Amino acid sequence: MMVPLRAAPPPQVQPEVQDQATVTGKGLELAFDSVTKAFGDVGVLKGLDLVIPAGQFVAVVGRSGGGKTTLMRLIAGLDGPTSGTIRINGTARRGLQPDVRLLFQDARLLPWQRVLSNVGIARGPDWKERAQALLAEVGLADRAGDWPYVLSGGQKQRVALARALVTEPGILLLDEPFGALDALTRADMHRLLTRIWRQHGFTAILITHDVAEAVALADRVLVLRDGRVAEDITVDIPRSARVGGAPRLAELERRILNSV
Amino acid sequence: MTRTKALRRGLVPWLLPLALLAVWEVAAKAGWLSARVLPAPSDIAVAFWTTLKDGSLPHHVGISAERAVLGLVIGGGLGFALGLINGALPLAEDILDSSLQMLRNVPHLAIIPMVILWFGIGEEAKVFLVAVGVLFPMYLNTFHGIRSVDRGLVEMGRVYGLGPVALYLRVILPGALPAILVGLRYALGIMWLTLIVAETISASSGIGYMTMNAREFLQTDMVLLGIIVYALLGKLADIASRWLERRALEWNPSFHTGLEAA
Ligand SMILES: Nc1ncnc2c1ncn2[C@@H]1O[C@H](COP(=O)(O)OP(=O)(O)OP(=O)(O)O)[C@@H](O)[C@H]1O
Ligand SMILES: [Mg+2]
Repeated sequence: MMVPLRAAPPPQVQPEVQDQATVTGKGLELAFDSVTKAFGDVGVLKGLDLVIPAGQFVAVVGRSGGGKTTLMRLIAGLDGPTSGTIRINGTARRGLQPDVRLLFQDARLLPWQRVLSNVGIARGPDWKERAQALLAEVGLADRAGDWPYVLSGGQKQRVALARALVTEPGILLLDEPFGALDALTRADMHRLLTRIWRQHGFTAILITHDVAEAVALADRVLVLRDGRVAEDITVDIPRSARVGGAPRLAELERRILNSV
Repeated sequence: MTRTKALRRGLVPWLLPLALLAVWEVAAKAGWLSARVLPAPSDIAVAFWTTLKDGSLPHHVGISAERAVLGLVIGGGLGFALGLINGALPLAEDILDSSLQMLRNVPHLAIIPMVILWFGIGEEAKVFLVAVGVLFPMYLNTFHGIRSVDRGLVEMGRVYGLGPVALYLRVILPGALPAILVGLRYALGIMWLTLIVAETISASSGIGYMTMNAREFLQTDMVLLGIIVYALLGKLADIASRWLERRALEWNPSFHTGLEAA
């Protein structure tokens, strides 16, 4: 479960490679075989068949109450599906999974632990060094000794990100983690997340209400509607070209908005 | 300038009590106040000094403190343990909680005659009463504290791989700590109150006995001394519990105002 930290991110050789996760073999493949989830007799997910390749960055958009959080909880193992199977790298799994980490909309830091102990919550051998290294990666090396209450909302989410990555998960789930942040902080978080995803190579699944956020960050956007994947859109624009006003980007956004 | 201001701030609240004390002293010494009604403050000071020197005051305070602490440890510990168990195990709650809630409605001082029948006026009677008195505030606050721990944090702990023990020690217990400490502060208040009543009614030692004994000999100064000692002990317990709260809840911004001003 505990994979030692790499000392430095591997060099990026070609500009095209930059667009993919540069580290391979870290992310895990995620597959859904006719997965359904119902609460009582209300069906929330009505049959998902889906494969998310290792290392892909997927955004999930959909209306409020459409089952996005439910989907996350199934992947994280907090709930079990009503029927169907979720497979990680081919193996069907139920229950909590150590190689899947979840970033909540509210950072959910333990208020009674200092930042470093929050990041190293899973403990394990030399957790302090590992936690400190991850804090440095998210740019908060000097806040290790602070109580969470002194941090800003964006800083709390960065601590939560460091905490999620400290055990080097193969899948990172992000349930609207930037929803409560202002536009500037959000843009910072986007850059940080993109950089970290490239370096660590995990499979990322991001829930968002913000279609612009989805097409800016993801390789692929899934539109969840009526308990099914209504649209599966590949964002075929290099990340470097995804600046506001790019016509192809606007077209994708329109297409997603229409199908939500 | 600010120093004189601070000095004034520190002194002004003391002016009125000191003036009252002076008036009281003069009135008592001039004979306007009978010594049997209200002895002069200086007489109380003398009583304090003599009982301190002959060792009787420390003796009685020691005995009272011992009863208080013993009762607190037994009753508080039991209440805490019950709160932990019922907070964590729904089955235990089903079995125990409604019975405890029923018992809670009996004012513990109402059982004094029962307790005297059981234990006579021995040490057990006092310790038992204190223990019963502090049990419920500790139980209720611990139980409530554990139940009201942020479910989101518990869920986070599970997703981040904490086992049941780690989850309890690192998430649930610290989350319940503010409520537990409130329970402790309540318990301390009840502890002294119970002890005063119990020692006044039946005892052959302790501060309550000291004052009741003095009453028989019309030593009003000793009675007042006993009252003041009770007040000081109560204050001391309060200061100790506040200090504990500050230390244990350092992470909580609402406990920081005092520390940062210092
Ligand atoms: N534990 C539960 N018990 C009963 N119903 C539930 C439960 N969890 C979720 N639901 C229902 O499932 C549906 C989907 O909820 P979910 O939280 O997955 O939506 P969402 O897409 O995340 O919405 P939002 O964008 O507002 O966060 C809702 O109708 C919700 O009421
Ligand atoms: Mg949701």
